[in-house]
Amino acid sequence: METPTERNAHLRDLVARGHALLRICTGSFRDLVPIIVVVAFFQIVVLQQPFPNLERIVVGLVFVVVGLSLFVQGLQIGLFPLGESMAHAFARKGSLIALLAFAFCLGFGTTVAEPALIAVAAKAGEVAGAAGFIGDTESSRSTYALQLRLTVAVSVGVALVLGVFRILKGWPVHYLIIGGYLLVILMTGFAPPEIVGIAYDSGGVTTSTITVPLVAALGVGLATVIRGRTPLLDGFGLIAFASLTPIIFVLVFGMAV
Amino acid sequence: MSILTEILAAALGTLRDVLPIAVVLLGFQLLVLRRNIPNLRRLAAGFAYVLVGLTLFLVGLQDALFPLGETMAEQLTSLRMGAGGPGIWLDYGWVYAFAAAIGFATTVAEPALIAVSLKAQDVSGGAISARGLRIAVAVGVAAGVALGAFRIVTGTPLPYYIIAGYAVVVLQTVYCKKEIVPLAFDSGGVTTSTVTVPIVTALGLGLASAIPGRSPLLDGFGLIAFASLFPIISVMGYAVAAERMGRAGPRGATKEEAP
Repeated sequence: METPTERNAHLRDLVARGHALLRICTGSFRDLVPIIVVVAFFQIVVLQQPFPNLERIVVGLVFVVVGLSLFVQGLQIGLFPLGESMAHAFARKGSLIALLAFAFCLGFGTTVAEPALIAVAAKAGEVAGAAGFIGDTESSRSTYALQLRLTVAVSVGVALVLGVFRILKGWPVHYLIIGGYLLVILMTGFAPPEIVGIAYDSGGVTTSTITVPLVAALGVGLATVIRGRTPLLDGFGLIAFASLTPIIFVLVFGMAV
Repeated sequence: MSILTEILAAALGTLRDVLPIAVVLLGFQLLVLRRNIPNLRRLAAGFAYVLVGLTLFLVGLQDALFPLGETMAEQLTSLRMGAGGPGIWLDYGWVYAFAAAIGFATTVAEPALIAVSLKAQDVSGGAISARGLRIAVAVGVAAGVALGAFRIVTGTPLPYYIIAGYAVVVLQTVYCKKEIVPLAFDSGGVTTSTVTVPIVTALGLGLASAIPGRSPLLDGFGLIAFASLFPIISVMGYAVAAERMGRAGPRGATKEEAP
């Protein structure tokens, strides 16, 4: 049985959690407001047409706000504290192999579940199927979308390994990024035109909800352990890589498929 | 009833998506670091939240975010500005206006951008104003998304635009103050929030399928790339311009005296 003080503590915990959820809810709603305002303005002032399936869209938007809020709240109470403490532990442990393996898995694992990437990959599969680029069946579309997501996830894993290696060696970040851009330009010439747009978009998608906080934690953890590194600059390096390598890997994926 | 089966299907997919993270974290914690899991109950609760949240988001994605972008693309392309025939890019003026408005509105109040611009104000010693920078970035994103829409309408190759953009970024990196560069690259991610990405993607694909002669696969993607490239350019551009003006004007003189 719980004592009254314990029950009070639980109650307080519950209230605090509810408050946090409410705050995040207004946060995701705030993301949506500018879009709703712009769409409403164009609908009412410019288009003056009835919006099809309006009720379904309104219900869907509520799902988006509630879903995204629960998602972010879940990350904050469960995953982020564990991920951060592990990033610090690995940075301090001193085993290079274990650190690099953890960096890869962190990048891979967080990117596979990135909601924005799921959205773009699903659309890519749909469009590629409709254009006859791949077989136009439900299973081939979802296979294509999954392969795309795995490709991006592997690329973010590689980006983190590269980024950690860079922090340890102290290589300047600018040269690597400019070199990466040159590689992108070079590969664009060889890649099939059907993949280029998807590849460029996937670079902007990975730096979103889940990946950035965990990756920044790893960068800061490393930078505080190794002398002569600044957290701001090194955390940044990891994220810049994570938005560059997906482009390269998806271009390769396009050449291979 | 259909919404229930939709939710169930999404839940199964979500489980498959989230499991890898759980396996990675727990595997490393137990096998490599050989530590116990702290706060197991909190962790389990967190996972439950993530599962339910992602499931709801994915249902809303299909029911609301994608249709929203597609419907806007469809209705805007049917509203021609001029009386000219098909293929005249000026006819699609409302498309660019909408693209620019979405780009500006989703950027200007973004918390991540506000944080970045305050940091830039600190780093520059006040030569860069936080508010000016925010507006510069929002205008940059608006121009970027509108240019992306223009590219879809005209069907010109995406790589030309992106390569030109990268060339500008590289040049700016050389001329810009070292402290601003990381902030500029950080701001590339601020416009691509989880809500914005699906709508903008659906908008591009909708445009490409509504405009005659365009293929969604070849022309429809790329708006996100524009939206993440242009903030980088506008942050560094604004920083350089603000420094130049600050140095020439009276404000620059007072800055010189400050320690």
